[in-house]
Amino acid sequence: MVYLDHAATTAVRPEAVAEMTEEYGRLGNPSSLHGAGRAARRVVEEAREDIAWALGATPHEVVFTGGGTEADNLAVKGLYWARNQADPRRRRILVGSVEHHAVLDPARWMADRQGARYEELPADGYGTVHPEALREAIERDPGDVALVSVMWANNEVGTVQPVRGLAAVAAEYGVPMHTDAVQAVGAVPADFAVEGLSALTLSGHKLGGPMGAGALVLARGTDPVPVLHGGGQEREVRSGTLMTPLLRGFATAVRLAAEEREEHAAELSSLRDELVRAVHKAVPDAVLNGHPEDRLPGIAHMSFPGCEGDALLMLLDAQGIACSTGSACSAGVAQPSHVLLAMGAGAEAALSSLRFSLGRGSTPADVDALAEAIGPAVERARAARSRRR
Amino acid sequence: MTLRVLAAMSGGVDSAVAAARAAEAGHDVTGVHLALSKNPQSYRTGARGCCTVEDSRDARRAADVIGIPFYVWDMAEEFDREVVQDFVSSYAAGSTPNPCLRCNEKIKFEAVLDRAVALGFDAVCTGHHVRLVDGRLVRSVDQAKDQSYVLGVLTREQIAHAMFPLGDCTKEEVREEAARRGLAVADKPDSHDICFIADGDTAGFLNSRLGSRPGPIKDESGEVLGTHDGAHAYTIGQRKGLNLGGAPDRRYVLSIEPVQNTVTVGPREALRVDGISGVRPVWSGREAPAPGDGPLACRVQLRAHGEVHGCTVRAAGEGVEVSLDSPATGVAPGQTAVFYDGDAVLGSATISGTRAAEPAESAESAEPAAAPRAG
Repeated sequence: MVYLDHAATTAVRPEAVAEMTEEYGRLGNPSSLHGAGRAARRVVEEAREDIAWALGATPHEVVFTGGGTEADNLAVKGLYWARNQADPRRRRILVGSVEHHAVLDPARWMADRQGARYEELPADGYGTVHPEALREAIERDPGDVALVSVMWANNEVGTVQPVRGLAAVAAEYGVPMHTDAVQAVGAVPADFAVEGLSALTLSGHKLGGPMGAGALVLARGTDPVPVLHGGGQEREVRSGTLMTPLLRGFATAVRLAAEEREEHAAELSSLRDELVRAVHKAVPDAVLNGHPEDRLPGIAHMSFPGCEGDALLMLLDAQGIACSTGSACSAGVAQPSHVLLAMGAGAEAALSSLRFSLGRGSTPADVDALAEAIGPAVERARAARSRRR
Repeated sequence: MTLRVLAAMSGGVDSAVAAARAAEAGHDVTGVHLALSKNPQSYRTGARGCCTVEDSRDARRAADVIGIPFYVWDMAEEFDREVVQDFVSSYAAGSTPNPCLRCNEKIKFEAVLDRAVALGFDAVCTGHHVRLVDGRLVRSVDQAKDQSYVLGVLTREQIAHAMFPLGDCTKEEVREEAARRGLAVADKPDSHDICFIADGDTAGFLNSRLGSRPGPIKDESGEVLGTHDGAHAYTIGQRKGLNLGGAPDRRYVLSIEPVQNTVTVGPREALRVDGISGVRPVWSGREAPAPGDGPLACRVQLRAHGEVHGCTVRAAGEGVEVSLDSPATGVAPGQTAVFYDGDAVLGSATISGTRAAEPAESAESAEPAAAPRAG
């Protein structure tokens, strides 16, 4: 199989598999007081330290969750509730218009059900949310902003946001800023040592760790109201038995990703450029979406005029090539990507795109296979599209 | 010969077994579930429809078990335009459409087939209970489940790209085979109603689309017997829901006149027709009769699961004229007449008008035969 969908999930690193396998052979709940519990607790705390070190945070700031979506929900809902309780005037949630649904949907839900006011920050044609746009939005009424959430790097088109500039603006007004760094950690220099950043989401399975493990890094003094109530295991902010084996695998993956980031990113981006060149050679009118420079090294998001993305995906899948339309699914039906729409694309263009994402294990042979298959696939998909009225 | 086959999988037992049989026959099969509603939950909840998220999951699980690739194709726009809107506007025009025929003609074997062929497939496979013999549609061996009628509108070209693996067995055998193959849909109930009318309330659905348009209910002499909320809520042959009070004799809807917004009722006797005009004839099972040809003696079915009449068919202009050997009742413009030679489908036409039968000698009705009704 030619796997070009590493942004959806990527292989678990063998080191992590070995450590998790070892950990699954042990017994003990990290919250128990006896020797077995203490041994498990030690594994969890070492994992916390590894992740804190990799992200320029302190161990106390790392709150483990069941994944990126949970961390985003905790940040958006929890920070809103905390800020709104402190001052009921704070009702505005400012989110980037190109955010993942794990941020957009909780923010919209807060507006529908909890009295929040939902506001999207506009993106430009590259998908970039500019600090000036944030300033403008806050300035409309600096006293009523509950929180800001703008992702570090976009999961569909790969555009990297000016997080430092955005966080500086938020800090200037004393507004907490959350960033979803699920795609960024291990790919670009994303860390928590950014002035003004209050919360950062990361996920295990996007960087070689297991599915089902994630974290919300929370600055000292940032105390969201919990979403999950129970044993209070994580700073009373998140409850649920700590998943010792998963957290050990997660931490190992984060540590290795941080250590190897520069070299890995350089390899990926040159392979990604090769992929874009090869696709352009086969399909000259294909359009590369996203920022030309400030972008993730592994993502190439391309529009194929006159095609339907889901038809292309099926044709490539039949050739053993796995990629993504990058858009949200409901019952498996492709909807126009809100990211492309926010970047100014029409609905038809938004449905004509594919995301190719490279990762650990990607080779020039993968690019060659795509280069060979994409031309005929596009030709077929165009014929099918032109028949649809 | 190995064909590249696209199996339309509704999430029901028939299409799952059909796909499994096509795969077992050595074809290269890909399963596709058609999403026919932009907002799947709004159509139907429960297990009887063909458009819910649950049905899509059932189809996906069946594809997993069979071991074929599976995708969802979004056909909601085409379905709304070609089937739902056609359904509503046909009722508004006083006729009675069959949306399942329309869906087969315009969605499964046109929009889906066209896209499939363009994407490199050779055939579309469905779970319809019908046989294909020498390029002709032939009734299923399970006469009770036979679906040749709802496919009677297909052209020879469409049939040439169709695969119907279930026509040689009964529904019971299909369920047994599904269970044997480990398909969880083996016991799933059959769907019956119109898939896009969630609660089965067709009149309510039409009222929500067409609004309320009160008008008179008259008898054949023109006397007003009552009022209705919209002629579109009625079907020829309908007896229930007329609310005409204490009339001792049973009355039936005889005709619907959309422009005057008038529903005409009368005795059952007056529903009998022995002549039918048809438009949009399609001849998939034989050469089209030419205007100069002598009458074609064959059989005709006027409704899904309806009775079969002997008849003669003559070409008339662009359409056909059909004389029934024995009178039929409850024949409505908009319905499809499907012509058969024995069990084989010859072709079809859309009913555009009917001719009332002479009163039978035994009938006690003193009324003269009604004038021909146009649709």
